[in-house]
Parts: sequence; C-alpha cells; structure tokens
Amino acid sequence: MPNSDFVIKTEQLSKIFKVGFWGRRVTAVDGLSLDVHRGEVFGFLGPNGAGKTTTIKMLMGLIYPTSGTASIFGHPIGDPQAKAKLGFLPESPYFYDYLTGSEFLRFYGHLFGLWGSTLEKRVDELLDTVGMSHARDLQLRKFSKGMLQRVGIAQALINDPELVVLDEPMSGLDPIGRKEVRDLILRLKESGKTVMFSSHILHDAEMLCDRVAMIMKGKLVACGPVSELIAQGTTHEVEMVIDRLLPEALERIRPLAGKVVLQGERVMVVLTSQQAVDQALCVIHAAKAKLVALTPHKASLEDLFIREANVIQSTKEAPVS
Amino acid sequence: MKVLSIALNTFRENLRDKLLYNLLIFALLMIGSSLLLMRLTLGEFHRLLLDIGLGSVNIFSVLIAIFVGIGLVSKEIDKKTIYTIVSKPVARFEFLLGKFLGLTITLFVNMLIMTAALLVVLMAQSVPIEAVLFKAIGLILLECMVVTAVALLCSTFTSATLSAIFTLAIYVIGHLTADLKTFGQKMEGFGRSVLEGMYYLLPNLERFNLKGHVTHQLDVPLNELALIVAYGMAYTAFLLLLASVIFQRRDFR
Ligand SMILES: Nc1ncnc2c1ncn2[C@@H]1O[C@H](COP(=O)(O)OP(=O)(O)OP(=O)(O)O)[C@@H](O)[C@H]1O
Ligand SMILES: [Mg+2]
Repeated sequence: MPNSDFVIKTEQLSKIFKVGFWGRRVTAVDGLSLDVHRGEVFGFLGPNGAGKTTTIKMLMGLIYPTSGTASIFGHPIGDPQAKAKLGFLPESPYFYDYLTGSEFLRFYGHLFGLWGSTLEKRVDELLDTVGMSHARDLQLRKFSKGMLQRVGIAQALINDPELVVLDEPMSGLDPIGRKEVRDLILRLKESGKTVMFSSHILHDAEMLCDRVAMIMKGKLVACGPVSELIAQGTTHEVEMVIDRLLPEALERIRPLAGKVVLQGERVMVVLTSQQAVDQALCVIHAAKAKLVALTPHKASLEDLFIREANVIQSTKEAPVS
Repeated sequence: MKVLSIALNTFRENLRDKLLYNLLIFALLMIGSSLLLMRLTLGEFHRLLLDIGLGSVNIFSVLIAIFVGIGLVSKEIDKKTIYTIVSKPVARFEFLLGKFLGLTITLFVNMLIMTAALLVVLMAQSVPIEAVLFKAIGLILLECMVVTAVALLCSTFTSATLSAIFTLAIYVIGHLTADLKTFGQKMEGFGRSVLEGMYYLLPNLERFNLKGHVTHQLDVPLNELALIVAYGMAYTAFLLLLASVIFQRRDFR
C-alpha cells in the first residue's frame, strides 16, 4: 500500500530541550506517534505547554527531534519536495514589519518561484480571501494582531498547498474572524486539501475536525474521530431544576441522584441514567412539585479534555514509584 | 532566484530602516574637512583630503558591516521571522547566502553614493584623481564582505553582544597580523605556534588597505590586485561555508 494516504506520519517523535546554564532537561514531546490522513481536517489539541507548537516546529523542520522520525507526503521532514506542497502559519506570527501587505505576499510567492502576473493574481485573490484587500499598501508594522493573523494565513496559502498546518489560527481573531477562518478551513477541505491545526478552543475543533489528537505533557492521550472520542466513557447526564419539592419527596429522589443542590425553595439534581430520570419524574408528579427545567448535558470534547487533564494531574500527585 | 529574493528583501529592510542616513554624516564630514584643511600647503591638503575621504568611506562601511552583519540572521531568529522562510522550500544555506548578499548590496549602494560625493569634493578642490583610488574603494568593499561574513559566522553560534565583540576583535587583529608574525618570530615554543597559527587563520585585512598607495599616487598592478581579490573571495567563501554548517544544525526555538 502506498504511504500516500498518510500526509503526516510521526513515529515515537520526542524532543528534549536543554534549558538554563546547567542544561536542565525539559521533555516537551514524548514518544508521539500520529497519522494525518489525506483530505481530512485534523485537530491537534492540548493545554498550554502540552507540546503542540514543539511538535509542529519539528514537522516544519525548524527544530530537530531528539529521537523518533516523522514524514510528510512520505518524504522525511525538511525535504524541499515536501515543503513545496506545504503551507504553515506559525503561532503568534511575527513578520517583516517593513513590508506592505502585498509586498509581503509577493516575497513569499518568490520563494516558491512565482513571479509576474500569476503571482499578482494570486496575491489579490488571497488578500481578498482573508479580507485584507484594504491593507495591501499598508506596512505590517501598522497592522493589528488580528490583521497580522490574517495575512499570516494568506502567506500560508500562497503556493496553493496540499497540506496546511496552522498553529492556533483563531488566536487574536474577533468572532467574525473566527467564523471566517472556520469557513476557510472547510473550503480548503472541500477542495481536497489536508488541514492540521492546533487549538485550545475545543468548540471550534468539535465543529471542524474529522479527527483530533489530544496531547498532554508531550504524550498522546487520545486520538480518533471526534464522535468516537466523545462517546468513550462518558455518561449522559441530565440536570433537573425543581420548585416546591417537599422534604419527604426530596428524600426519595436523593438516592437516585448523583448530585443534589438546594437553593432555598429550589432544588437542582443531576441524574446519570434514563431510569433515574423516569423515577424522579414520577416522584415529582406524585408530590405535585413543579419541574422548572430539564437539561440533558451533551458530552463534548471539553469533558474529555478535563477528564484527561485530571488523570494526568492525579498521577502526578500520587506518590507512586 | 530564491537567494536573490531574500537578498533584495534584506536590502529593502536596510533602506526602510533608514540605514543610508549615515551618508548625511559622511557628507558633512567631507565638506567640513575640506573647509578646515584649506589653509595647508597644496600637497599636504590634497593628501589629507584623500586620506580623510577614504578613511571615512572605510569606517562607515565597516561599521555597517559589523553592526548590521551581526543582526542579519540573529534578528530573524529572535523575531521568529525565520519560521516562515525555513518552512518554505528554501535551504538554510540559501537563506544565509541571501542575507549576506543583501547586506553586500546595501554596502555597495552606500559606497557608490559616498564615492560620488568624494569625487565631487575632490574635483571641486581640483585634486588629481587616479585609477588607484577606485581600486582602493573596491578593496574596501571586499574587506567589508569579509567582515560581514565574520559577523554572520559569529551570529550563527553566539549572542549579538558577543558577536559584536568577536567581530570587532577580529577586525582589529586582522589589521595587525603582520605584527603577529614578527612578534611570533621573536618567541619560542608554544607562544610562537599560537601566534603563527593566528597569523594564518585570521584574515589579513591589511592587504585590502590601499590608502597609502592612493595618497602617494602609487598604482597597484592588475595581477597583484587579482591576487588580493581572489584571497578575499576565498576567505569569504570559507567563512560562509563554515557558517552554513553550523546554521544547518541549529534549532530555531
Ligand atoms: N525553546 C524552548 N526551550 C525550552 N523549553 C521549551 C522551549 N519551547 C517550548 N519549551 C517547553 O516545551 C513544552 C511544550 O511547549 P509548547 O510551546 O510546544 O506547548 P504548546 O502546546 O504549544 O502550548 P500553548 O498552547 O501554550 O501554545 C513546555 O513545557 C515549554 O516550557
Ligand atoms: Mg503553542
């Protein structure tokens, strides 16, 4: 089988930084094995300092892995043939601030061997795509953070890449900007491109991604289609808010509920099974109490994220080995 | 083509950073000294004017080579602008070469303007202009290329401050290598080997200095000039190669 189905493949990728005068070792990425498939939108998630940027920098050939390997389009990382089909937006981008919007894009076009009218057309198109046509003759030092982010995205697309890697593309953007980036990512997917992006905003990832990987402390903790990850090990919770519940009725509900919160006249209970919900409803009906709200809690990536973070936290605190 | 794009972008950066404003100070210096020196005898006046003119061209260019040179690459790493270059199909040595060429273009343009101003002053004072003057200026550019390559090499492995100190030190010692040799010959054993080693390793920058020839109106034959040019080019190429090898292994973090 040709390995062209894998756009990105990493095997046991690790990076150890040596910091400070004594060369204290910091493990930023720890034995990471990942596949990104052709044509998918791949979310790369994890809390601050998890190692997302470090992984992406290794893939882009900016830093060298301490151990392990990675390939892009079947080429080893850093191969110019792979780079020719790649677009990259760095985290909180810094650019040549003495260039104007159009000069900036033209310069990157030259690096791909684009010149003349082909390039001019591409520059105009991209400025329009990211909504920065008005800033084509403005120097980048006069751009706002979000405007920089936008031309940064345009820069990543100048060579019409097959793979687009975006390190936190939504950061610094207003709600409209975020929606535009989401739409852009979906449009890229529609035209057959592969997109990998890192993010903290799980809601965005949930909406956009075919598959996600979640890393914590440099290690992969979950990887797969969003729906599968959400379903894993989550129970469907239902929250009920009840008024005028008599104490004896409350005592009958209490054993059914996972959590009970009293707020004066009002009672809030959390139930974790359909059976418990049915029984509680019977009790409420019989006691002539008033059901104010019944809210099913949809499991989300956020639950998974927080659960995994807690696991990591507790293994760290436990005095094992 | 990629190298040229990076070079032109670097040149543009230098222009927009208003680097060429140094020319104003140069012009003031030239006009001032020609007014001040007018009271000397004619021979002395001509010689001093040439000396000050060439000396200023030299100092201004070397200062740019050192202080812009040390920032050429390290600034791109600090500002993280290099991330978007190295992730494009640009080899790291191409980037280095582009940055080097960019500053060379800046130095060339800067020198062209200074030379034009110098010629105007010299002609206004009816100082005879000889071919050796242009050879001298050409060699100043070559010296600056060597110095830029030294600065670039230093900045691939150390901080900006240390790069500046190293490059300045090499510039000063590079003008004293002949003394290193004579001094070494008077010594024995280890000290002698060290000084001789330094003599052969460090650039012999005094070779690029034709100021004495210009003020005494001595020409330099072309074959001798060709040898000096070949030396400067080879030395620059060697430094750039070394810088590329170090740069290739670096993490941009
Ligand atoms: N240049 C560096 N030198 C030393 N340690 C580093 C360096 N860069 C990152 N690290 C460490 O590596 C770990 C991972 O950092 P990284 O920037 O990859 O995280 P991240 O997942 O991108 O976080 P964020 O969401 O905040 O961007 C952190 O513990 C960080 O301290
Ligand atoms: Mg990051």
